[in-house]
Amino acid sequence: MVPSTPSLAVGRACVSLTRTASGTREAGLSEARFGVGGASPSPVGGGGAAARAPLVTATMTQSVVVQVGQCGNQIGCRFWDLALREHAAVNKKGIYDEALSSFFRNVDTRNGGDGADIHKGKIFSLKARALLIDMEEGVVNEILQGPLRDVFDSKQLITDVSGSGNNWAVGHKLYGYQYREHIVEKLRRTAEHCDCLQCFFVIHSMGGGTGSGLGTFVLNVLEDEFPEVYRFVTSVYPSGEDDVITSPYNSVLAMKELNEHADCVLPIENESLFSIVSKIHQMTSSGKLGSTVKQNSLLTSSAGSIKTEQEKPFDAMNNIVANLLLNLTSSARFEGSLNMDLNEISMNLVPFPRLHYLVSSLTPLYTLADVNVPSRRLDQMFSDAFSKDHQLIQADPKHSLYLACALLVRGNVQVSDLRRNIERLKPSLHFVSWNQEGWKTGLCSVPPVGHSHSLLALANNTCVKPTFTELKDRFMKLYKKKAHLHHYLHVDGMEQSCFSEAISSLSDLIEEYNQLDATKSAPRTYPSRLKIAM
Amino acid sequence: MSIVTVQLGQCGNQIGYEVFNAICNDFHSTHGLCSKKENESYQEACKERFFSEEKTGVPVARAVLVDMEPKVISQTLSIAARSGHWKYDHQSHFCQKQGSGNNWANGYSVHGPRYREVIMNLVQKEAEKCDRLSGFFTVMSMAGGTGSGMGAFVTQCLRDAFPTSFILNQVIWPYGTGEVIVQNYNSVLTLSHLYQSADALLVHENDAIHKICAQLMNIKKISFRDVNQVIAHQLGSVFQPTYSSEGASQYSRSPLGDLMESLVPHPEFKMLGLRNIPQMSENSLAYSTFTWPGLIKHLRQMLIANAKMEEGIDWQVRPPLPGHPVPPKASPSKALHFNTSIANLVVLRGKDVQSVDLGGFRDPALYTSWLNPQEAFKIWKTPRAFNKYEKSASLVSNSQFLLKLMDNIVGKAWNMFASKAYVHQYTKFGIEEEDFLDCFTTLEQVISSYASL
Repeated sequence: MVPSTPSLAVGRACVSLTRTASGTREAGLSEARFGVGGASPSPVGGGGAAARAPLVTATMTQSVVVQVGQCGNQIGCRFWDLALREHAAVNKKGIYDEALSSFFRNVDTRNGGDGADIHKGKIFSLKARALLIDMEEGVVNEILQGPLRDVFDSKQLITDVSGSGNNWAVGHKLYGYQYREHIVEKLRRTAEHCDCLQCFFVIHSMGGGTGSGLGTFVLNVLEDEFPEVYRFVTSVYPSGEDDVITSPYNSVLAMKELNEHADCVLPIENESLFSIVSKIHQMTSSGKLGSTVKQNSLLTSSAGSIKTEQEKPFDAMNNIVANLLLNLTSSARFEGSLNMDLNEISMNLVPFPRLHYLVSSLTPLYTLADVNVPSRRLDQMFSDAFSKDHQLIQADPKHSLYLACALLVRGNVQVSDLRRNIERLKPSLHFVSWNQEGWKTGLCSVPPVGHSHSLLALANNTCVKPTFTELKDRFMKLYKKKAHLHHYLHVDGMEQSCFSEAISSLSDLIEEYNQLDATKSAPRTYPSRLKIAM
Repeated sequence: MSIVTVQLGQCGNQIGYEVFNAICNDFHSTHGLCSKKENESYQEACKERFFSEEKTGVPVARAVLVDMEPKVISQTLSIAARSGHWKYDHQSHFCQKQGSGNNWANGYSVHGPRYREVIMNLVQKEAEKCDRLSGFFTVMSMAGGTGSGMGAFVTQCLRDAFPTSFILNQVIWPYGTGEVIVQNYNSVLTLSHLYQSADALLVHENDAIHKICAQLMNIKKISFRDVNQVIAHQLGSVFQPTYSSEGASQYSRSPLGDLMESLVPHPEFKMLGLRNIPQMSENSLAYSTFTWPGLIKHLRQMLIANAKMEEGIDWQVRPPLPGHPVPPKASPSKALHFNTSIANLVVLRGKDVQSVDLGGFRDPALYTSWLNPQEAFKIWKTPRAFNKYEKSASLVSNSQFLLKLMDNIVGKAWNMFASKAYVHQYTKFGIEEEDFLDCFTTLEQVISSYASL
């Protein structure tokens, strides 16, 4: 994720891109992938093998992705591409099924524009359940001109031209206020298209202005308007060497919102993504992996038959995050012997309301050529998930304290493999005294594309603390000197108290982690049990 | 008389399917090792108990399937139908779109009351299909949200709607090292609530069954399917038709009633454990022969030493000799050597069952003094072999089998509760700290009672 060029000026040069008028209607990407559609889709239910009447009438739940800002939209774009690819790989008949409906609508677009939803039968045109928000047009316009253009409904966008100037206050207070009604209206529309909306996935970065400010504003709106729907936030945190000077301000201001309004946050650090990508490139170029690394690896998008002229530099990094989201939702979409739904993730991994920051790791990061992977390789996958090289933030969970840990396994992995590895790894991990066996496990039968199995580990671990303390330190460096503060305070609705409250919220959070860490070395005392008089 | 099964949650539905499948396979077995007449009697009794007729002739399981999300039920209905030998009534299910999120409170306080009417209507329909209803068999896990929370609620509803029917809860004890982080809370809440409404709780432990799969069945890559099939076999070995008294000429009409009568003399003591021998892979079965004295000896020692399977039994453990004072067992956490029973039931199936000597089980030293040994021990048998085993012996025991397990789970839950971790997730749905405390108290009471046997 390239940080935007440093600019604190609120107004930016307009970037106007005109959409090229499309001539004859080409088959959209979804149609191409599923081998359906084109000029005249076949009538629903006619001829051929009729779709079997479903045995149960209840459908699964749906999720909506809200991608905000440059970073959010770039990651989001990768997510939709990979999601289509994943479903196309298992859905050979081109029938619009339950799994697809979790993230996609099936729309009859024959008469142009936005047709009615089709709930059963063949796939016509898949539309992402998404809302794309950006205060600049560049990224969103690119998406709409690219191969994914037909996946997005033109009414699902909220864009402006000037950008937020890397200013949280502009994103949150100015644009938030300005666009609130629009946002609510579009969210309602997407929600109405859902039979049973379970979760909002917000994707954004913390360091800039739009993703950070407007993104967290949207989070507030989601809580106000849809209090029953879960809010999972994927947040890209800035690194120490971020060129956006005010990224600490933006991040800390955003943190307060995440503390108070998110159900779960998956923090991501670009440095980690970058190390992972570099390592893989190193291994492939040094020939260590040789022919075992397939094209269909998590890193490249080329297997999805999107033929871009050149792969974007950050696509590989963004693919990792996109895969994180795919794996997180896999058990909710596909079958398995031990399902793990999104509401279970929040239930099991959040022991106290504010401690909802989950460190994630994904394995494997490249494909092995062997299809029937023997147990030892499988075990390596589990070991990798706990190594610091595979974490998506700069953290080492092994040396900190686990409050809870979830393992979402996909593919041909059975409960005995899970148990064996938990037993094996447990001794080297430190779990908090009141949750010594704190494991949540899920087995999903459908592996990701190009792999025979995969593992997503989500840890509620105190190793996330350094990310926050460093953020706090960087914030304080600027704040003490009141550097750049006036750019924020100029914005209507923004006051000094916003800053002091935000840093206070972050400090409290850090203190909660400190207290837990203190228990790590304390002698274990078990609370005495209730005594029953006989 | 018929049994209506209520399958709750993913676990309940997955196991329920395996149970009906195992029963149906046994029904069609050509290795009955008995006379044709005997076999026909058996089949008739089995059918009446578990299946109803449909016009197509395919037996329909007497079951209601309940889950808060649709994937598992959908799969269960279709695999059953595909077998061609039996199916579920496709109207007899209820599911919603969004699961219970492993939240007992969500299952019990939200989903339960919300869908009570619909579910009880389905149960009523199934009950009405029976000429005579013996009672209900519920299958659920304790660790999750639906089976546990909603299961507890549904059991209460069953009790309210059918006050004179028997209710047996088949409960799955989760793996010790966790499948669900809040499993200990969910288990404590479930057990304490079931205790109020059920007649008895029949427990299967994932850890124990897993060991059976690994060591006895020699399965390398154990799946939940394998675990569930062992459980199904064990349940079938108890609930398939038998003669429940000496000299009976007809297969018992009332298995649940007989079970409760034999094993649950006191409402404070409802925890039943199940052991079945022999257990082995089909390949090994062809090469093994068993003698009844050998099987009975092992089964008795499994009872005395609280062994979960026929390997690794501690033969040192002995019941106290008559006249010698029973050593005080102050707390359950001290290594309990000898497993005291309140009552036991042994089920024998297969060749030469008439000649089996079960004197060892009538030893008064095995039991508390409340019931006289004649009442404390019952035998069910049938010459009809079960599921390819030439000889099969099962033990259902109301004893200290589950004492340590209960103590462990209450201990872990209490430890977590003391820190208040996750409690906010429950209070969100109306289960308050006082409710937790009540449940802990109930279970400590049960543990105390069993410990003082």
